[in-house]
Amino acid sequence: MKKKPTTVAFNGTPEQEEKLKAVIGKYRGVKGAMMPILQEAQDIYGYLPVEVLKIIAEGTETPMEVIYGIVSFYSQFKLNYIGDTAISVCLGTACYVKGSQEVIDTVSEQLGIEPGATSADGKYSLDATRCIGACGLAPVMVINGTVYGKVKKSEVKGILAKYKD
Amino acid sequence: MAVLTSLDDLNAVKAKYIDDIELPADSGKTRIVVGLATCGDAAGARPVFEQIKNEIAAAGKQDEIELIATGCVGICQYEPVVEVHAADGSRTTYVRMNADKAKDMFARHILGGEIAKEYTIGPNSENSDVTSLEETSFYKAQKRIVLRNCGIIDPEKIEEYIARDGYKAIYKVLTEMKPEDVIQVMLDSGLRGRGGAGFPTGRKWLFASKSQGPKKYVCCNADEGDPGAFMDRAVLEGDPHALIEAMTIAAYAIGSDEGYIYVRAEYPVAIKRLQIAIEQAKSYGLLGQNILGTGFNFELNLRFGAGAFVCGEETALMTSIEGKRGEPHPRPPFPAVKGLFGVPTILNNVETYANVAQIILNGAEWFSSMGTKAKPGTPIMGSAGTKVFALGGKITNTGLVEVPMGTTINQVVNEIGGGVPNGKKFKAAQAGGPSGGCIPASLADIEIDYDTLKTIGAMMGSGGLIVMDEDNCMVDIARFFLDFTCDESCGQCAPCRIGTQRMLEILDKIISGNGEMEDLDKLEELATYISSASLCGLGQTAPNPVLSTIRHFRDEYVAHIVDKKCPAHVCKKLLQYTIDPEKCKGCTACARACPVGAISGSVKKPHVIDQSKCIKCGACMATCKFGAISKN
Amino acid sequence: MDNAINTVKVKVNGREIEVPSNYTVLEAARAANVNIPTLCYLKDINQIGACRVCLTEVTGARGMVAACVYPVADGMEIKTNTEKVRAARKLNLELVLSNHDKHCLSCVRNTTCELQKLCNEYGVDEKKFVNSYTKEDNYPIDDSSVAIIRNNNKCILCRRCVAACKNLQDIGVIGTNDRGYDTHIGSQYEMKLADTGCVNCGQCIVHCPTGALYERDDTQKIFDAINDPKKHVAICCAPSVRATLGEAFGMAPGTDVEGKMVNAIRQIGFDRVYNMNLTADMTIVEEATELIQRIQNGGKLPMITSCSPGWIKYCEHYFPQFTENLSTCKSPQQMFGATYKTYWAQKNGIDPKDIFFVSVIPCTAKKFEVQRDDQNASGYPDVDVAITTRELARMIEKTGIDFVNLPDEKFDEPFAIGTGAGEIFGATGGVMEAALRTAAELILGGKFEKVDFEEVRGTEGIKHAMYKVGDLDVKVAVCSGTANAKKVLKAIEAGEDDSVFVEVMCCPGGCVNGGGQPYQPAVVRNNVDLKALRAAVLYKSDANNEYRKSHENPQLKLVYDEFFGSYGSEKAHHILHTSYVKRGLYQNVK
Repeated sequence: MKKKPTTVAFNGTPEQEEKLKAVIGKYRGVKGAMMPILQEAQDIYGYLPVEVLKIIAEGTETPMEVIYGIVSFYSQFKLNYIGDTAISVCLGTACYVKGSQEVIDTVSEQLGIEPGATSADGKYSLDATRCIGACGLAPVMVINGTVYGKVKKSEVKGILAKYKD
Repeated sequence: MAVLTSLDDLNAVKAKYIDDIELPADSGKTRIVVGLATCGDAAGARPVFEQIKNEIAAAGKQDEIELIATGCVGICQYEPVVEVHAADGSRTTYVRMNADKAKDMFARHILGGEIAKEYTIGPNSENSDVTSLEETSFYKAQKRIVLRNCGIIDPEKIEEYIARDGYKAIYKVLTEMKPEDVIQVMLDSGLRGRGGAGFPTGRKWLFASKSQGPKKYVCCNADEGDPGAFMDRAVLEGDPHALIEAMTIAAYAIGSDEGYIYVRAEYPVAIKRLQIAIEQAKSYGLLGQNILGTGFNFELNLRFGAGAFVCGEETALMTSIEGKRGEPHPRPPFPAVKGLFGVPTILNNVETYANVAQIILNGAEWFSSMGTKAKPGTPIMGSAGTKVFALGGKITNTGLVEVPMGTTINQVVNEIGGGVPNGKKFKAAQAGGPSGGCIPASLADIEIDYDTLKTIGAMMGSGGLIVMDEDNCMVDIARFFLDFTCDESCGQCAPCRIGTQRMLEILDKIISGNGEMEDLDKLEELATYISSASLCGLGQTAPNPVLSTIRHFRDEYVAHIVDKKCPAHVCKKLLQYTIDPEKCKGCTACARACPVGAISGSVKKPHVIDQSKCIKCGACMATCKFGAISKN
Repeated sequence: MDNAINTVKVKVNGREIEVPSNYTVLEAARAANVNIPTLCYLKDINQIGACRVCLTEVTGARGMVAACVYPVADGMEIKTNTEKVRAARKLNLELVLSNHDKHCLSCVRNTTCELQKLCNEYGVDEKKFVNSYTKEDNYPIDDSSVAIIRNNNKCILCRRCVAACKNLQDIGVIGTNDRGYDTHIGSQYEMKLADTGCVNCGQCIVHCPTGALYERDDTQKIFDAINDPKKHVAICCAPSVRATLGEAFGMAPGTDVEGKMVNAIRQIGFDRVYNMNLTADMTIVEEATELIQRIQNGGKLPMITSCSPGWIKYCEHYFPQFTENLSTCKSPQQMFGATYKTYWAQKNGIDPKDIFFVSVIPCTAKKFEVQRDDQNASGYPDVDVAITTRELARMIEKTGIDFVNLPDEKFDEPFAIGTGAGEIFGATGGVMEAALRTAAELILGGKFEKVDFEEVRGTEGIKHAMYKVGDLDVKVAVCSGTANAKKVLKAIEAGEDDSVFVEVMCCPGGCVNGGGQPYQPAVVRNNVDLKALRAAVLYKSDANNEYRKSHENPQLKLVYDEFFGSYGSEKAHHILHTSYVKRGLYQNVK
């Protein structure tokens, strides 16, 4: 799992920075607070680019590399902005056994993006996820929070069509 | 809410709410329960809930009917599930509901008094006549301790938990028992860690209680990362107070005043319900300072995982709570001596904790009477109580089942799980996910017991039970799990970081038809080495799927290596699609469907696949109306 | 908690031995004269049990245990020489090798590589496992830094460099990124080292067991200059190089090889070989003068020493608010080059552009210092190339010199004499002691009896002392290692430390333990006090020196008489002093 830093310019607002600084303030003196800080920072910005880590590094007096080591360790921390249509396909055991690899391959083919990437226009992101716990519905695909269960390879095109424009 | 300080206070709450759940015959009340855990929600239970809510309002029956959003009922296959509990004690289980069906059901059953049979579980499963989950064979063979409240109570209402004797155990512990008594009960009960390794819970607590430290922590592993396992989620979403109560008991037992629940961030519903539960417990004085007026204090914090399977390993989980990369530490020192933030710590998983209050209330003997017994002179120590399994894969009834230890795999798969669907043959079950091993159908009469499972190279694991049929390739399955652990390795120690990758490459070589017999030796050599040399449990168990599939399905490996064939027709590079000239009508459909133009032939003449061009996508086979194309 | 005084009985390969109960299996085996190999283990700073090369069988454990972190227990039987252990270690090495760039013959660490040594001992099959996933040049080489080069293809992820950077130096510009098979050592967002707050101390290099980290090799530039008939090539030798160079040729740590070093350098083909102790003395007279002026004129205090370029860069990045506290004195190396290309060049009628001035120092950060702004008094860089002790050793090897058997020779005039004060610059506390010897007499305008300032000697990280000089109480602090510098600066900021003069050396123990010193494997680092052994050479030489105080150096006096005039004169300021930059830490991030 190699994470690639974003190449898209940072668009953070002063309001976001203020919020993040409040988060850092809230956790001052709390033991082991780096994870919640990063999680809340990602909630604020949607991802964790260098500009955000700089604020955290300075606010917590932690070397930025130490924080980056954490960010690059956990798969949920994102270095790239997530597209407007976020698609994830579960590759947990139950889903895999029921053919989710074919589903993700088909999505990947349809959108022309590899799992883990956001399309150049920032419109679609595709992710392979670990088990989301909906094994009874395997194979499962989630688009912007909507769960599609028992997805067949042949249905992928139709489902994606709903998210055009 | 008033702070509760006595048993009477608890009983008063119970008395006030018990009727909501148990519906005495004279109450004339009905309780409609909608499963709204993650799986129910995903299957569309939310609109069903809203529909029923509207129907109740439209009928003006708010006083007679209570509508409850509950946790996981356990029958994922049949979500969305609606259960109607009537004052006569009957229970009707409606499955695969949608808003229209709910409207219809409401009119016929609630208003009309007649069960809408075609929506009930019977006609929708193999037990054709029954209308209630309780009557199904899926349910009957189960014994519900851990899941006792799941699907019954409203998990966002602490009063319903109290009504089901919740927080009575902590009251008993704080007022009647010394810490050492609590530990003794846990020791006597024979409860073993449900996270997979099966370490006796009482011993863990005992070590921590004896350790000295400026502070001690009680932690809960709710980072259920094992793909295919979701029983902890079911408890978190369906019965969160059981966890809070148990952790408080543990804190009292070891002398701790602070705890952490480390829960997967992928479980937003569980997180929300835990947050609600913690707040409610605090406001009732059941958590925080001066619990139940006894002077005992216990603060509980939530920490969220961020997507790292290795954080299910206890030392890695603690480093993660400390706000670092979730990398395991070498043990010893064990967490009971030097754990979270360097002080004595105990860590148990959700399912383990879910047993604790029941053991306190019902006694160690009650618990140890269930399950398997120790077999002196063997490594088998006995496994008491029940185990929850998440049944998945090629099985009729997917879902959560809780069975007494000692039940056989065959019983779980065939009796409870309803067997393998579509007339296929049961081939093997994978227990313990990527850390576990497979149990072949031929050995599926084995009892569910921590130590017995180990004798055939499998393990209990946290409870994922994935059933596989003849269409699953065991080499492919082994590769799948190894790919998972490889990706989830923390990258710290060389055997796991490099060794699993080398194993994966060898497996890739085998499934692509380039394997040699010596690769099999190399695989075994690496696997044995990695399991004895890795730093933590993840690495030590990572080779299990490979080792156990080689052990039980060596012939499949040999077929891939020597015959260059995948007997289950899964491994793409070993497949060949051929057109039977006898059956082919020359309709050209397949040639048009082929994305790479590998199929040629004239109209109304048999077609041929050019194997050098074929990419084995299977599009032709899916298109052919005459069954002329086969893969082998 | 176990008491360290308690002992337990263990058996190591069948032989019983009594060891302290807080020992690890590794320590117990060592006490029984059994060596267990290690790769990742560094005592106190990297005890992570990750490389698994020290796998050992002990009674009562599941599988094999990592000896470096596994505690002993009474009655434990430790087996280090079973076939199972040997096979496991061998397989482990074979796995590590399957991920390793195996171009060993041309590797900078060939023959000093700890991995290579073990592979050889265990007779590994280097081709047993085929890596079909990544290429041998999977990682691009990071040569952005003027001092330190990283080749991750040779990295075995022992994390010793990370421990050196983060745990030893408390800097943390490198760390572990990503996870699983993609785990690698790098900086935030995969930035290049030169773009980070790396201070070029080189502690990562001396702690690396393989060729994954090394200094930029500048020796060819020197050979080119030597081969250029138009160039006058001179070199000055830092005090602690003579205390360590012998180690690169297999001599015991703590051997003084000054005479052999001079001889060898001359044989390489340098036109002149000089003693940098002389400009160490020059630094002292300038710095002592500056200190007195600051005290008397209400200048910025405490004044902090400036001869350690790693420390300077650290201060600029991490404590820019302290840059005014830094002495403006150039380091001895830069003073030498500056004096040479001005005073000596004029005196001898040589155009400074034709002078190629080299310094050999135990330091990688000096490579950064030579190319700083405001370090070119003659209009040309004061120093053209700074090489480490290791690079000098490589030049000697390349020249085919039998170093160990060389007869002693002496430095060239007129920069041959250094005082004992200049000599001890190489050890932590040395600059302070040297400065005190001179400052005391400058303040008093006469003799100050005390010569040995024992209070500031020794290898502890932070030392404090107070001296009464006339009516003046001079409070001083001495620290080495940036982790300790950080503590001292924080204490000063918090008003808890009111020292007027602070010596900071970037590397723990000072230059004797510099990032440019000869490699010593972890087994030596863990078991031998290198800092103390090497420093002892300097203190012995100081004690035996005819001159103990910098201002008594007759050759230094000559330079001031003929050229600079007085200490701290305008000319001295122009040539011997410099300025600093407030860098901050993340300036490259908007």
